[in-house]
Amino acid sequence: MPDIGLFDVIGPWMVGPSSSHTAGACRMASTALKIFGKEPEEVKFTLYGSFAETYRGHGSDKALLGGVMGFDTFDIRIRDSFELAEKRGLKYRFIEDHETKTAHPNTVRIELIADGGESRLVTTAVSIGGGKIKIIRLDEVDVNFTGEFPTLILKHCNVPGVISYFTGILSDYSVNISSMRCYAEPDGKTSYSIIESEQPIGSEIIKDIRSNKLILNSILIQ
Amino acid sequence: MAFSSGEELIRLCEAEGISISEAMLRAEVERGKQNREEVLDFARKTLEVMRKSYQEPLEKPVKSIGGIMNGEGHKLAQRLKNGENLCGPLVTKAIAYSMSVMEQNSAMGCVVAAPTAGSSGVMPGVFFAMQEERGLSDDELIKGFLCAGAVGYLYMRNASVAGAEAGCQAEIGAASAMTAAAVVEMCGGTPAQALSASAISISNLLGLVCDPIAGLVQYPCQMRNAMGASNALTCAEIVLSGTMGIVPFDEMLDTMYKIGKDMPSSLRETALGGCAATPTGCKWRNKIFGSKESKDGKESKE
Repeated sequence: MPDIGLFDVIGPWMVGPSSSHTAGACRMASTALKIFGKEPEEVKFTLYGSFAETYRGHGSDKALLGGVMGFDTFDIRIRDSFELAEKRGLKYRFIEDHETKTAHPNTVRIELIADGGESRLVTTAVSIGGGKIKIIRLDEVDVNFTGEFPTLILKHCNVPGVISYFTGILSDYSVNISSMRCYAEPDGKTSYSIIESEQPIGSEIIKDIRSNKLILNSILIQ
Repeated sequence: MAFSSGEELIRLCEAEGISISEAMLRAEVERGKQNREEVLDFARKTLEVMRKSYQEPLEKPVKSIGGIMNGEGHKLAQRLKNGENLCGPLVTKAIAYSMSVMEQNSAMGCVVAAPTAGSSGVMPGVFFAMQEERGLSDDELIKGFLCAGAVGYLYMRNASVAGAEAGCQAEIGAASAMTAAAVVEMCGGTPAQALSASAISISNLLGLVCDPIAGLVQYPCQMRNAMGASNALTCAEIVLSGTMGIVPFDEMLDTMYKIGKDMPSSLRETALGGCAATPTGCKWRNKIFGSKESKDGKESKE
């Protein structure tokens, strides 16, 4: 049974008109921004299914662009996203894909680019209703997390002992893991582990975990 | 949550001698995310966002994308001001305010999804009309807010609040059922009466389809918010007079959900049936988005 709270029922505060296509769009993009961890210079949105059909009428384009500029769902600057992006020098592009069949009708692929093309992140997100979202793909790996809770994403070597290594450190710092999923890259050499906790995860914990060369990269969303 | 059905909620309230709002507040605190004061504080802030969501367009009417909506709330308020209104001031205000919220929503203003953006006018419309006409304090409105939250929670947990899943009876239906219970509690009714008002409210809207013209949250959504608001007041009035519905809340919610699942997809937020598929609905769609052929052309925006 999903955990539904009072403010999931009456909420979110949001710029209209649609909780799935406006508030959800904003959250998909702001979560992608949090994962990216820096201000993008360029962003490409590919819209599938219902998003490709109806995005203009629901202001999904403005909400997506607002989200990558870090706006919350209720920030009325979303209305002026295009002008504000131009002012910041953020290049943006919307691509409608009416051909590709996606498992969920409300799917958007977000590609963020910075450092003159040196940094790049591709995430695919779905808007599952009422403003709630899920990230389902991160670069080449299928994942499944919401970004609502403190979330630690580790890219690491796909060898025995790595998971017990970093879960041991989390345990040393008394961080309780509420969910954890592991995904191996198709090449079988690297893996992603996605750990959700209800407690904040401090930078000293990340530093400890990163000290092992089997840990290749880390992203903290909180 | 300490309750998973309407029956459990009433039993809990009766055993503890508490209201639905108090049961909801305790349940929310038990989730462990916020303490009592934090929950109440966020509810108060949310109420203020709701207040602004009807006041802004009421004072300064806005035209929606495509021009379907254009200051309807303001026109109703003017009629009331001139003493020309048919309904009493409570109902006239409730429908005027709820329609204003939808104008705000369609113009990309800030609203509170209650439980969805498309049904976000019902609760604030009735609540602020009640405040003005019945002299309710903000604290009394917060009790109504919590009571509405409990009903909405049951709707989300045991059925759905998505038009795409169960039609408008799940969206305006939920908002109206939530608000009907809240009105009963704010008027001093019992928990059993509050849920009975919700049950009657659901039965009144059974089978209501989700059929937005051009797929936009505008028409008939705005009018349906007004109807959801007046339905909530009607059901509360019936129950407070001492009449209880025969079918209990849980059974009514269940049958609403079953009907929703039986609806053809053309009547579940696809804009392929109902109002959307009328010749006039199609004309509006073409006016707003151009014809289907040109819409399918690949387009990108640099």
